[in-house]
Amino acid sequence: MQRYSLRNVLGHALRGNSGWKPAWRTPTLKSTYDVVVIGGGGHGLATAYFLAKKHGVQRVALLERGHIGQGNSGRNTQVTRSNYFYPVSSSFFDHSLKLYEGLGRELNFNVMLRQGGQINLAHSHHELEIIRRWANAILMNGVDAEILSETEIRKLVPILNPHPRFAIAGALIQRRAGISRHDAVVWGFARGASAHGVDLVQGCEVRGFRKSGDRVIGVETSHGEIQCGRVVMSVSNQSSLLAGLAGFTLPTTTTTLQAMVSEPIKPVLDPCVISGAIHAYVSQSDRGEIVIGGGADVYNSYRQRGSVAITRGVLAAALELFPSFSRLKLMRQWAGAVDITPDTSPIMGLTPVRNLYINCGWGTGGYKAIPAGGDTMAQTVVDDKPHPLIRAFDLARFESGALIDEGAASGVAH
Amino acid sequence: MLYIPCPHCGFRDETEFTYGGPSHVTRPELTTSDREWTHYLYHRSNPKGPYRERWIHSYGCGRWFNVLRDTGTHEILEVYLMGQSGMDSANRGNP
Amino acid sequence: MSAPGPYRLANRKRGDSIEFRFDGRPLRGVEGDTVASALLANGFRVVSRSFKYHRPRGIFSAGIEEPNALVQLHAGAQSIPCARATLVPISAGLEVNSQSGWPSVSFDVLRVIDFAHSVFAAGFYNKAFMWPSWHFYEPIIRRLAGFGRAPTGPDPDRYDVHHAHCDVLVIGGGRAGIEAAKGAGAAGQRVMLVEQDGLLGSDATSLAGLASIQVLLRTTAFAYYDHDLVALAESVAVQSGTRLPRERLWLVRAARVVLATGAIEQPLIFSNNDRPGIMLAGAALRFLSRHAIASGREVVVATNNDSAYAAARELRQAGVNVAALADTRATPPRELVEEMKALGIDVQPCSIPVDTQGFGALKQVSLGTLASDQGVSNIRNVRCDSLLVSGGWSPTLHLFAQAGGKLRYAENARTFVPQTDVAHIEVVGSAAQGSEAPGVLGERVSPIGNKDRQWLDLRHDVTVADIELSVRENFSAVEHIKRYTTLGMSVDQGKVGQAPAAEVIAHSRGLRPSELGHTIFRPPFMPVTLGTMVGRNVGALYAPFRRTVLYGLQASAGALFEDYGEWQRAAAFPRSGESREQAIAREVKLIRNGVGIYDASPLGKIELIGPDALDFADRFYINDLTTLKQGRARYGIMLRETGVIFDDGTIVKLSDDRVLLTTTSSGAGRVASWLEEWRQCEWPDARVVVTPVTEQWATVALTGQHARTVLQRLNPKCDLSNDAFSHLGFRETELLGSEARIYRVSFSGELTYEINVPSSKGAALWTALLDAGQQFGIEPYGVEALLHLRMEKGFLHIGADTDGTTVPDDVGFGKPAASKQRHYVGKRSLTLPESVRPDRLQLVGLASEGRTALPVGSHLRLSMGNAPTDGWITSGGLSSTDERPIALAMLRAGRSQLNQIVSVHDGGRMVTRACVVPPMFYDPSGARMNA
Repeated sequence: MQRYSLRNVLGHALRGNSGWKPAWRTPTLKSTYDVVVIGGGGHGLATAYFLAKKHGVQRVALLERGHIGQGNSGRNTQVTRSNYFYPVSSSFFDHSLKLYEGLGRELNFNVMLRQGGQINLAHSHHELEIIRRWANAILMNGVDAEILSETEIRKLVPILNPHPRFAIAGALIQRRAGISRHDAVVWGFARGASAHGVDLVQGCEVRGFRKSGDRVIGVETSHGEIQCGRVVMSVSNQSSLLAGLAGFTLPTTTTTLQAMVSEPIKPVLDPCVISGAIHAYVSQSDRGEIVIGGGADVYNSYRQRGSVAITRGVLAAALELFPSFSRLKLMRQWAGAVDITPDTSPIMGLTPVRNLYINCGWGTGGYKAIPAGGDTMAQTVVDDKPHPLIRAFDLARFESGALIDEGAASGVAH
Repeated sequence: MLYIPCPHCGFRDETEFTYGGPSHVTRPELTTSDREWTHYLYHRSNPKGPYRERWIHSYGCGRWFNVLRDTGTHEILEVYLMGQSGMDSANRGNP
Repeated sequence: MSAPGPYRLANRKRGDSIEFRFDGRPLRGVEGDTVASALLANGFRVVSRSFKYHRPRGIFSAGIEEPNALVQLHAGAQSIPCARATLVPISAGLEVNSQSGWPSVSFDVLRVIDFAHSVFAAGFYNKAFMWPSWHFYEPIIRRLAGFGRAPTGPDPDRYDVHHAHCDVLVIGGGRAGIEAAKGAGAAGQRVMLVEQDGLLGSDATSLAGLASIQVLLRTTAFAYYDHDLVALAESVAVQSGTRLPRERLWLVRAARVVLATGAIEQPLIFSNNDRPGIMLAGAALRFLSRHAIASGREVVVATNNDSAYAAARELRQAGVNVAALADTRATPPRELVEEMKALGIDVQPCSIPVDTQGFGALKQVSLGTLASDQGVSNIRNVRCDSLLVSGGWSPTLHLFAQAGGKLRYAENARTFVPQTDVAHIEVVGSAAQGSEAPGVLGERVSPIGNKDRQWLDLRHDVTVADIELSVRENFSAVEHIKRYTTLGMSVDQGKVGQAPAAEVIAHSRGLRPSELGHTIFRPPFMPVTLGTMVGRNVGALYAPFRRTVLYGLQASAGALFEDYGEWQRAAAFPRSGESREQAIAREVKLIRNGVGIYDASPLGKIELIGPDALDFADRFYINDLTTLKQGRARYGIMLRETGVIFDDGTIVKLSDDRVLLTTTSSGAGRVASWLEEWRQCEWPDARVVVTPVTEQWATVALTGQHARTVLQRLNPKCDLSNDAFSHLGFRETELLGSEARIYRVSFSGELTYEINVPSSKGAALWTALLDAGQQFGIEPYGVEALLHLRMEKGFLHIGADTDGTTVPDDVGFGKPAASKQRHYVGKRSLTLPESVRPDRLQLVGLASEGRTALPVGSHLRLSMGNAPTDGWITSGGLSSTDERPIALAMLRAGRSQLNQIVSVHDGGRMVTRACVVPPMFYDPSGARMNA
């Protein structure tokens, strides 16, 4: 793997940049693998990476029917945080945040993590009580969180609406939270995985599974059939379809999540600001764009477009938080198809099919989980049992009723 | 923004309606196993393509009805009253 | 000797002189000028600096596709960043500022970056800036990014929204659009014709007299949504301070859409093709014909198609020296060549620009002769201060693609054209074919020259070398190339350069452009003001609020109103000098020791009417309602199918076919919808109708030991004695000359009459009670006092003590929930493994060890626990009897932890300890409310 560094950038520049090598190989699909990872988004790539790098699995294939990172990994608002309510959640997401903190070095790829903090606003005394409950939940689990007064909030966010419709009672801040660059995370993991021997095969669609009894033994693809020992499904909104091919059902619903950016301006906003009551989250990217998102659209959809009614509602919320943005212009609006579970917590681990593992149901919050998703799934595949950090996210929880309902904690998507 | 043909009121913008998830979900016998019961509560077919779903015209007639809509293109293929099973001869959408 | 560069032709432009300022300098323009044409008229060659390399840039186009001339308008709260100088009309006193260049746009110290441009090739930031960490570099990079500044205050302008329907929406008011509108209008259809420019094309007069055509000018269609909904942004008022909105959003539902959106001219690609003085040929023609601007004193035209010949002709006829016209085609059309010859313009076929020179601005162009083997020979220099380029025209198909239309690359037109049809959409005019004069276009990209100086995206400084680097590093898919190089991702969205870029990408991958895909077209087609998207839902109109009929009376009593969901309710009634907390404490004492009134009107009220009314209600509550008698109220809890608590309230049987339910205030709408859903979808045979009546009744809770006496003074037509009307009783009666419904229920734990009268009588009731209770010192009390009172009684507050996971047994209602035989909604889920886990969180009371407060939201640890947390405090305060801190909490296996000590944690530290007690701190026997 060709090393990335400032010195090498300077050196290559002198040679007109002609010496840079491909970031990943373009291999042909072989007929046998130890592990097949289906899905070339952040989670799939991270899983393949850790399988090869951390566990030394020799023959790993990653199959992506389009091009890597073109799904939700390439469309999200890049919020990176771990301030979740349930200990099982904050433990998992903080493992991810810690991996993010070292990811640039681990992958030798600049993921541009800027930890400017995330602020969750409370708009009444009672909301502040709920926020305090949430902050303490995070602290009890050993993760950072703090309650801010209105004065402290306004010092950190000077452009916050001075006369909001709903008064500001206080906020929860996680200072270690922030923003990173989604494409860099995807490409960094892809480059690392490829360098450690993973065959990244793009334009390869999975059409079926070969089973022996209740065990998966092969995958049928548009490039031919593969025999394999283990399979990981990491395909987000396509999970129901692929599970159907494997013979089981999921409790997920696919719908649309929108995001939008303004034209880029000089820095005005440091932390990411989110409000459950006002249903929007707003941040500023390092390119200067104001990044805005809100809740998911309501009805089932794979269209990846989004209703203008939702767009307008989210923008209204953003202007309620930051009225001075009114004269900025919307530059780009896009959407992804997200798979949402009944408790808005992911599904990770084993499936009714032996040697077939699943990672899905991230809904609106999968980006921040990419490193931990890959790490825990790789371990799960190698051990054939769930990594301790993901046991609570088992598919079987829906049968016992043991839902991890983060609805209170993630009132808005991110 | 969808343009939904309410069977009582005609075409209206999606903002006049509230979504109600999948149609024809049969409530199992209440003596059924935990597995069947939670399957009813949580598992979903979630297809890409023709899908039968429920809508209520909240800001209009207030009536629930069924829609057969393609979740990939958003084309509305059929609309029929609550309690009916639809005319679609190809029997598309979730059962 | 006149200075090189653009200028206004003398005596050609009529109109009032208008003064404006650019970067502080006063300049003059003429009415009708855009900022761009006025700057050109004043000889400006450099108007901005490029994003990465800070190279000087001039005005490149005359319209929406402008990549260089982005300016900041106005100042302060009125400021608008990223305005296109080519679109903004000048007005008296207009403040225009360049957005880039330090210290100025004409002298930018950061130009030094350009000298090391190889270092800053595409993707450089992925490969560096990791050590010691990104935080070290990021503040600098953030400051360098961004074009322009955000306004510094709230928007002084307003924005409106219109919804419209029409038979035909024609987008584009040029020749093809006018013809389409005319045809539909003549057939009697309702037509909307929208045009982004301030005027229609020359055929506009033919529309006169067709009344069914609505024309919108200065209106851009920017998004195509499901089911033929098209969004338009209309520019209305140019000046602030008028009564008109600044912009209007139109949401148009059309039965049919005609896209007459025209085409955008593309550049030629050659080294140093970004120098100030280089402009699109069509733009130069527009500046000439509309604004009498000559693009320079010595003009060279370079083209691969017929259209640029018009610019050469018009400039020559206006007296401008056109030194040469280079056509990349080997045999341009004979009549055009003859025409140029007659005008004295030297046409050089088979010729393409390969480079330009001139520090700061254009001085000369190097032309080369194309050889058949992809090489170039005979390179010669031609002096010029204006180089007009034309690389063909790309149909504007963004809306077509947004609507799901597929595109294909047409080799002849060297651009993307429609491949499929889309229902209800017709593409006409130059948008359909790609060129005003279709035919085979010549070469567009110079085969020689430094590729890292050949610009494909002027706004983001993306060069041919960047594309090749991207492909070299295996970012070969079109979408990867776009993200890796940021091609087309800036504010101009790559409108200029998109077609040549497809050629370059294909070439670097060894493919033909028709074998490539293209990136996804996303709304908006043109950037749209955020305020326009939102409309009037800003400020006080952001969210609706609700007030009861008693709002006014409470306001005059000094109520402190706060938001409780949608309702603005009195949290408390502080006297002057009293803090909110002091008022609440006083009101609590008032109720415990005296009497008070409370506005309970937001409480949900729902009537079920029909023979199956009571049976229907019984399907929803954990409590058995079948034994409910007329005149009695029962407290009930409602669950979701998953077994979690959904709402609570009371149920009263009014008659054999009438039941009255109450719900929480926030649940009123939710519960009514829930009941209706089950009725229509699951139990359509139930003979019942569900009628919400929350707003029909005003509800006042008369609370305290003197309540009976006070109520008696109003002479209700029912017996108020405790024997006749005991706790949990209900009476329909008459009061103050109107019907009334009176409950004896108590949320506070004191003797309470919840009195319902028709809303119109609410104020009279409130006033009458205050009068009647004067001798007892009656006062109104607010929500916060009530919440405290009920906390002392351990009464449930849905949403505070319960959350989306709480089942009945958690809060002490396990027995009734289990013992009811009839299957109500949610019952089945109560036997799931999770619902019966012994370590679930359960409602308990906490008594503080000392005087240290028990903060709401603190977490709890059991002494023997090993989980990160064992629960949390859901509500609390100082006991009204002995002032000691008390609380309600959800605690792991709480009911089995009575008398245990728990530690209380807030803000990361242990703040105190508390003893686990039953959740009941006041009058456990209920004697006071039963009195």
